[in-house]
Amino acid sequence: MKINPAPLLSFRGITKSFPAVLANDHIDLDIYGGEIHALLGENGAGKSTLMKILYGFYQADGGSILVNGQPVQIRSPHDARGQRIGMVFQDFILIPALTVAENIALFLSDLPFILDNDAIVSRIENISERYSLQVKPEAPVWQLSVGERQKVELLKLLLADARILILDEPTRSLAPHEVIGLFQVLANLRRDGYAVVVITHKMKEVLECADRITVMRRGKIASTLLGAEATENTLVSLMFGKAVAESPQRRGESPPEEGIPFLELKGVSTQPEGTGIGLKEINLTVRPGEIVGVAGVSGNGQRELGDVVLSIEKCARGTKYLGGQDATRWSVAQVRNSGTAFIPEDPLGMAAFPWLSVQENMAMSDVSRYARHGGLSMDWEAVRTDLQASLKRLGFQIPPFYVPLGILSGGNIQRMILAREMAHNPRLIIAFYPTRGLDVQSAVAAREVLLASRDAGAAILLISEDLEELFSLSDRLAVMLRGEIVATSAPRDITVQEIGYLMTGSKGEGAERG
Amino acid sequence: MDKTKGLMEILRHKRVAAVIRFGGLFGLALAVFAMVLLVFGQNPFRAYADIFRATLGSSHGFSEVLVKMIPLVLTALAVAIPSRIWLINVGGEGQLFIGALFATWGAVNFTHLPAWLMLPWICFLGFLGGGLWASISGFMRAKGWASETISTLLMNYVAILLVSFFVFGPWKDPESANYPQSAPFPDAAILPSLLDSRIHLGALIAIAGLLLFYFVMTRTRWGLEMRAMGINQEAARRNGVSTNRYILLLMFIGGGMAGLAGMGEVSAIHGQLRPSLSPGLGYMGFLISWITMGSPLGIVAAAFLISIITAGGDILQMTHRIPAAAIHILMALVLFVVLARSTGKKGGK
Repeated sequence: MKINPAPLLSFRGITKSFPAVLANDHIDLDIYGGEIHALLGENGAGKSTLMKILYGFYQADGGSILVNGQPVQIRSPHDARGQRIGMVFQDFILIPALTVAENIALFLSDLPFILDNDAIVSRIENISERYSLQVKPEAPVWQLSVGERQKVELLKLLLADARILILDEPTRSLAPHEVIGLFQVLANLRRDGYAVVVITHKMKEVLECADRITVMRRGKIASTLLGAEATENTLVSLMFGKAVAESPQRRGESPPEEGIPFLELKGVSTQPEGTGIGLKEINLTVRPGEIVGVAGVSGNGQRELGDVVLSIEKCARGTKYLGGQDATRWSVAQVRNSGTAFIPEDPLGMAAFPWLSVQENMAMSDVSRYARHGGLSMDWEAVRTDLQASLKRLGFQIPPFYVPLGILSGGNIQRMILAREMAHNPRLIIAFYPTRGLDVQSAVAAREVLLASRDAGAAILLISEDLEELFSLSDRLAVMLRGEIVATSAPRDITVQEIGYLMTGSKGEGAERG
Repeated sequence: MDKTKGLMEILRHKRVAAVIRFGGLFGLALAVFAMVLLVFGQNPFRAYADIFRATLGSSHGFSEVLVKMIPLVLTALAVAIPSRIWLINVGGEGQLFIGALFATWGAVNFTHLPAWLMLPWICFLGFLGGGLWASISGFMRAKGWASETISTLLMNYVAILLVSFFVFGPWKDPESANYPQSAPFPDAAILPSLLDSRIHLGALIAIAGLLLFYFVMTRTRWGLEMRAMGINQEAARRNGVSTNRYILLLMFIGGGMAGLAGMGEVSAIHGQLRPSLSPGLGYMGFLISWITMGSPLGIVAAAFLISIITAGGDILQMTHRIPAAAIHILMALVLFVVLARSTGKKGGK
């Protein structure tokens, strides 16, 4: 590894404040060509804000950005691209109906009036060969897996001549072997002098791939250290400044009590909707006091599984029982009122109302509980009391209740939703990636909540891509692939590798299990 | 020194700056229209003075402005209420006509009713007519068959033709010398006037509608659920809000408001059903609702402004012999001003 003597990119005294939050407090940071630089920090530490300033989404209140030692003004993503800065977002910005080559061509600034498709294809092939970013240029994007789409995003930036590449949570929805592939790509880029910035809070991956690691805490830089010298312990103490609770231990080997399952799906199939996937003959039971984990690469029917339980999607065939009653035709409200909590994968999209206040968001999960005089007024006092109690129980910070939820950071929004859903001791919890986007401490707290709810007798359907999480929490595991449950097993009877192969549908040595 | 600094500070204050900008742009709109008046060979100062005297400058003129405001506030509500959950009701005009149609049926067929029974009866019918008409579009939207924007717009033409059918055909007043109009309303079915002017009971209905709208949206569980739906329909659905029910309900209530406007016009202003019932009141209400983003106070302010301008058109025609349509130039200029205000301010939906 060689680090060029002059930094490619420097932040000098970058400051940015939002109402009630100082997101970046005089940040000084140098990024060199030929390094993989990890930006680590808990949620709300200010790493996304810093990168959004760099990419022109926000304007800093103070400070300057230097590219190649020259101060630059970045007012829009367009300016950022002009400075050869490129960003891969968590949610990719590709057009599914167009091919890989067309998607990439759209992004190029030197696009000629008449498209020379062959030239673009050969440029793509050149670069993809060099950095092991193989994708078929002629393939329409909708056919690609998440990992391949990420490659397309990277190719876009490389063809557009970016030198500074920022990747926001790049491993979020990748299968284990895809992560290894990504790191190989990043290492190739480093070799050619690119500056790669990876925003993440997965410590293990940071230690695996980064040359230097900058830890942010509460809007400031806690420290920058060499990857070779960092250990998990030093990073954690830098991130939090104090000892972190251990990950909860899973309960002993006592099997879940036999009894009537709280949730039972019998031969449930659904019609695929839009870009979604149909469920095929799902048989699944979740008993009180049991966590059933569902593994799978996203887009293989997990969302649909949760939606069927919630009655968002209708069963085309099969029956659904909740608490022993036939709930196949229940409305969403009926399911929710029967004590079903829902922790979504994407709180802003699926559960939260950014322009409503924190307390109004809280009330939305169970409006009838807080409605008074037949709905003519709302008991906000009760809402606040419940939210406060729930936040305290979870050990989360208590935000102001009157501000719009949308001004909180992503992690805090996730926490609010978690607190809301846990407020009324649910009997069934449908948890989609409950710790995605949470920092280590909050993730531990969230897992503890799930375990405590399980011990209190709740039935929990846990959908996650974090295999470690699934293994440490689940009493039983199910693997989904293309809308089907392809295997179920107790965690002790199966290995992470086997699950990984089942998830991706590759042959591997993972045998089919009943 | 200190004084100028203080002044600058006031100027920099956002609200003050906005008011100044708005005032300046409004002045600009008036100046441009003044040039139009000059082209017509009129003295713009005299024309503006006449408009002012005939609207705000006398108690009679002022009351006439208020009379014009009544249907505009109601048709604006007809759009504003469904717009809380992003339903776009372009059908205020048609709903107004059907409301008037229902009210007329009640008034001319139950002539024996006393006023205390007749008035609630035609109010109910007006609301019901407009509401049912809008519910057709609401139903098609809830089922996912047709966009309410398109269907409400198209149903306007059907509604207007339907009214024409009745007044040219079965309901034509035999005593009206072949004019296409219904029999006159009995006295009991004429909305009583207030304050010894042409302002009628519809004013109280409009005010009640505004207050109720504000109260429901801000205080009640339904308001909370609707605001939630307006922000994130997906999340609302996942939290158990029955979104289709709200689509139907809000289209019904919105249509009902326009229906009340139609009832008010036919009963208090015309006294009988005519095809020329509305000079585009429903469309004007649409405009008012969207430029004010459905804020209750904004609706009142915009309706007030538009009423003055339309009244001004009549004045110009009568005293300056300028076609009344010329006032549309001023209306358009003012709308530019109002819309210019909101650029770059609105965040996500």
